[in-house]
Amino acid sequence: MTARLIETNTKPLEKIDVDGVTVDIIENALRNAREEMDAVLFRTAMSPGIREQGDCFPMIANKRGKMVVGQFGSFIGPFLEAYDAEIEEGDVILTNDPYMCNAAVSHLPDWVVLVPVFKNGRHIAWSAMFGHMSDNGGMVPGSIPIEATTIYQEGIRIPPTKLYKKGVLQSDLLELILHNVRTPQWNRFDLNALVAACNTAAKRCVELADRFGDDVLYSTMDIMLQRNFDAMKHIIQMFIPEEPREFVDYICDDGMGMGPYKIKCKMWREGSIAHFDFDGTDPQAQSSVNFYLNEDMFKMFFGSFTINVVDPQIVFNDGFYDLVKVNIPQGTLLKPNFPAALSGRTHALGRIFDVLGALLGMGAPEDMLNAAGFSDSPHLFYSGYDDNGEWFQLFQIGFGGVPGRPVGDGPDGHSLWPGFTNVPNEFIESYFPLRIERYETIPDSGGAGLHRGGNGLSVAYRFLCDGDIGIHDERWLTYPWGVLGGDTGLRSTKRIVRADGSEQWLPAKAEGIKVKKGDLLYFNTWGGGGWGDPYNRDPQLVMDDVNRRLVTSQGALRYGVVITDNGTVDLDATSALRADLKSKREDIPMFNHGGELEDIRARCEAETHLPAPVQPEFVVARA
Amino acid sequence: MAYRLGVDVGGTFTDLLLINEESGATFTAKVLSTPEDSSIGVLNGIARICDESGVNPRDVNRVMHGTTVATNAVLTGKGARVGLVTTAGYESTLQVARSFCPGGLGGWVSFVKKPLLASLELTIGASERMGANGEVVRELDEARFREDLIALKSKDEVEALTICFINAYINNAHERRAQEIAAEIFADIPISISSDVVPEMQEYERTETTVVNSYVRPQVSKYVSNMQAALDDKMGEGTQLSILRSDGGLASARAAGESPVNLLMSGPAGGVSGAAYFCGRAGFQNILTFDMGGTSTDVALIQNSIARVRRETIVGDVRVRAPSVDVRTVGAGGGSIAFVPELTKALRVGPESAGAVPGPACYMKGGELPTVCDANVVLGYLPSDVQLGGSMEINREASVAAVQQIADACGIELMEAAEGIIKIVNESMFGALRLVSVEQGYDPRDFALVGFGGAGPLHANALAILSDSWPVIVPPGPGVLCAYGDATTQVQDETARTYLTMTAGLSDETLSADLEELASKAADSLLADGIKTADQRISYQADLRYAGQAFQITVDFTPEELAARGVALLTETFDAEHEQLFTFKLDDGHEILMIRAVARATAKAPAEQTVGDASASLEGCVVQDTEFYYDGSWHKATIYDRSKLHAGLVVPGPAIVGEMDSTTVILPGFVATIDEVGNLLINSAR
Repeated sequence: MTARLIETNTKPLEKIDVDGVTVDIIENALRNAREEMDAVLFRTAMSPGIREQGDCFPMIANKRGKMVVGQFGSFIGPFLEAYDAEIEEGDVILTNDPYMCNAAVSHLPDWVVLVPVFKNGRHIAWSAMFGHMSDNGGMVPGSIPIEATTIYQEGIRIPPTKLYKKGVLQSDLLELILHNVRTPQWNRFDLNALVAACNTAAKRCVELADRFGDDVLYSTMDIMLQRNFDAMKHIIQMFIPEEPREFVDYICDDGMGMGPYKIKCKMWREGSIAHFDFDGTDPQAQSSVNFYLNEDMFKMFFGSFTINVVDPQIVFNDGFYDLVKVNIPQGTLLKPNFPAALSGRTHALGRIFDVLGALLGMGAPEDMLNAAGFSDSPHLFYSGYDDNGEWFQLFQIGFGGVPGRPVGDGPDGHSLWPGFTNVPNEFIESYFPLRIERYETIPDSGGAGLHRGGNGLSVAYRFLCDGDIGIHDERWLTYPWGVLGGDTGLRSTKRIVRADGSEQWLPAKAEGIKVKKGDLLYFNTWGGGGWGDPYNRDPQLVMDDVNRRLVTSQGALRYGVVITDNGTVDLDATSALRADLKSKREDIPMFNHGGELEDIRARCEAETHLPAPVQPEFVVARA
Repeated sequence: MAYRLGVDVGGTFTDLLLINEESGATFTAKVLSTPEDSSIGVLNGIARICDESGVNPRDVNRVMHGTTVATNAVLTGKGARVGLVTTAGYESTLQVARSFCPGGLGGWVSFVKKPLLASLELTIGASERMGANGEVVRELDEARFREDLIALKSKDEVEALTICFINAYINNAHERRAQEIAAEIFADIPISISSDVVPEMQEYERTETTVVNSYVRPQVSKYVSNMQAALDDKMGEGTQLSILRSDGGLASARAAGESPVNLLMSGPAGGVSGAAYFCGRAGFQNILTFDMGGTSTDVALIQNSIARVRRETIVGDVRVRAPSVDVRTVGAGGGSIAFVPELTKALRVGPESAGAVPGPACYMKGGELPTVCDANVVLGYLPSDVQLGGSMEINREASVAAVQQIADACGIELMEAAEGIIKIVNESMFGALRLVSVEQGYDPRDFALVGFGGAGPLHANALAILSDSWPVIVPPGPGVLCAYGDATTQVQDETARTYLTMTAGLSDETLSADLEELASKAADSLLADGIKTADQRISYQADLRYAGQAFQITVDFTPEELAARGVALLTETFDAEHEQLFTFKLDDGHEILMIRAVARATAKAPAEQTVGDASASLEGCVVQDTEFYYDGSWHKATIYDRSKLHAGLVVPGPAIVGEMDSTTVILPGFVATIDEVGNLLINSAR
């Protein structure tokens, strides 16, 4: 069954010729409308996750549901096929269930709002936006339970539902939903903000149709899609070889003692079609680290990574989807069978970008290959009751080192996700019972290279109330890899110093950890991998990094640079050391993974103070 | 006789405006700017204007000045070398910069980080800590701090010092003490502390803002004191020098030298104030201003003759927490380059600009790429066969050759390409107008559109068709508008504190008392500049939001209004504005983030004077006939000399009005009337 759009004006929209300048003007105007969606959301949302960190994504789509402007691609087509109901003017549809919207959102805390845009009774476009809610109910505060084994444990599931019917808020429904979450006020505001943002975009679409004509807007959207098709066709010819390429990477563990899980992708071109095949990826995990990856979303990742090359001002959209074929085998980590748990999908999501970057870059590594930088989005949850007996619930996203890149060094402690920022520490301290004692980059954590990997961050949280914490992180076992002679980045660690002075290393994925007032958590993120031969880096740049406390004198030796006691480069000793190091090393591989997986596993406990995860045992899940 | 002088230093020209405070009579002068030391140009200008007007320099008792010294230091990266002291453990604050990578998905691949304005080499951490409620968690370790400062000084590099400690916005005792100690060691350089410069929450923004203050401070202080000395010399001791701040207020020379971060938008603020002044006199209180220069366009919204002020200033890549007139800038100006990416065949304009060198093709200075200016030449809006005041010769053939490249790449005709370029650039300026109007909940149709700057009057009529903002107002002498703004503004100062208080538990008495305390500080500051209490007016501001929201709204009110309505005044005003912006409001949960008291001098404005020589007939103002291309066809048009136009005349479109530094286009179907103030008012002919 499919959705049925009810129009009071059924005159079909017609495809007409539109002159190029008008297309460019409408393209600009739609881009502005999309930015306005973000602006409206940020100003009216209430949770720090959305308004400070920007964890949200807007979209405007044409009548057929193809994304014309936006970021993560459209889910509307498949969604409409599955949604067996009528859709009318004034309806606002809400869902959060990946299994019901073809993984348009990939875990339950992401709530997506969809608004059909009508003008004079005729349906002309769609606007949609999703945002990460602070809480979705379920097993743990923040609703990303690591140890969930089914999606039923991850909180309230909202199937595609009309939040508004013909413009009227279904408040009973809304109250039912909010009754199931721990942060009803934040969610209420954030949801309100999502709706306001979508309504703003709808208004702008109607204004554009008023100004240029309905058929002009309709036809222009098609032309914009065609522009992307043409650009991507060229890119695919240019960058995707007919000869298949493969890359394998891992997420370290599933938080329940098993790992690593393999993600494997093969890429090749047939004619003008790019193929990506994830055959060989491990079966789905027992815990919530599965990432239900929508094929279209993967196409979007691929497109947005490459399209800037030909026209950075282009408004990026769905137009090229037919040029890309993606195969993700059912029952794997990337397409688990219902009702597999999904909430901890951030780890595999991050890893997909490392895999994609490697596949696209390895053909022209000097110009296109970046080292590995995506750990994931490290999360910290801290919740409990403060001294006044009020419930508090903090969700923090961490940042690490951007990898060394062809363009230069990776920035230290920066975000790899678009638009994300940290929450100011003074803000956190004034609204939550904790104090951030230190917030600094970790010297030597970025991989050495001709272009240095960015350093990770060490954030020292002093808890001022008893409570629970949860930690979600990656790259604690496998390394952020270096390329073209670049060294690996330092892996992430979590260490807690208890108020009584005892110390403990915490796993990268753990929840329900009790903390006491006065405990101090060092949440250390990964460093980016290095790019290129570190022995060719200008010794003065290494010296600068030492003077900036980004690299230590000892760490300078990884670049073959010898620093004297009075803080200058010893040029002679440096030349000698570099010659010696170069003569001793073997051929430089394109990727430096920090050794074979089995060796890394064997060294695990000694190096990380944590037991190695065991090889996953897969149970065949029922489709 | 008493005179006041407005001075605006631009990149090319320094504009001066002398006003007789009693009669309102004005004199203007334009001299070349002297970028190596702009005070020279100012003094040349003063000599010129006094000479031409016959005014004795000693009769000028107030000089009001808009300056781009601070802006240029930031834009050219030629500010001071800044040392930075943070709380130990927070030395990376600027390096991490809130972790933000610009661009979309994959934007990090090409992001290149700019050098920090306070380098990590010159950054030290002090062992100290304030808690979030202002309690001392760890005392300042003074002995170690001294040692570290001495080591920092021994590098012999620091030209200005910044101190920014965590939570100093709520308790600045440690910053103050650190400043005292630092002043002993760094006796001869300026020291800025964050709780003085911007006592607001958010450590990165506060650190960056205070560092920028230090970065521009030596240059600005030197500039201001040289200027004061030169004025004293020429005009007599005690000539009062005031500097226009980014928020449109005037600061005394002393205050400007201490907090130069407040001057980053001094230039644009002058233009906005000047536009407000002229339009206000003509009876237009609600206007959108649109200042189009060579590389960019600044737009702003003015309601009830007051420009919206926001608590953020952006200059180039630098973003600081300092109040400025809410001017939005788009990278679209007369010099913006048009191009067509090969694959998508889309027509793009800007943000690359031809700048002054090589410049647009029409000026024959080596530029060959098609610019917006060239499109204007091709279309006939900038006539090539007659010189309109400006001294630059225009070569239409060069423009045609340049724009032809676009036509060929798109596969369209020359004229279509030229019109396309203009339409695209107008659209992107319209986008900026939307940012200050629609996105703030204002309907542009309720506003008049004011075009100024070198290229503004060329595009204003077309832009107003997009925004439906009427009339279009082109003030007289769009080039000296900033000087008018400088000369007609009042001195003000403000004091502020972070409040972070829920309104629910706040009594009217407590709020009044806290504001009065701030008011007396602000008033003292004006007193220190010789402005008597009787000549001051106090007003208040509070920033409110619903607790937990990122967004905040500044509510303006007077002591009298507060006395009458109490705290409810704030919450009700906030609710109303929130509803206007976002279509909803809540009934409780209001939090006051900041409170502020503003003291303004109430010195009387200069008397007004009308302009124009009523003797000339419309025909007498004609320069010659011409033609221009609009909406797909050529139109016969007439060129008029603006200096002859006077009140009461009606100029029918299609027409071009030329003056010394600007050209106004009146499109077919529109007419321009000249009002008493000398503004051109363009409306539909129907």
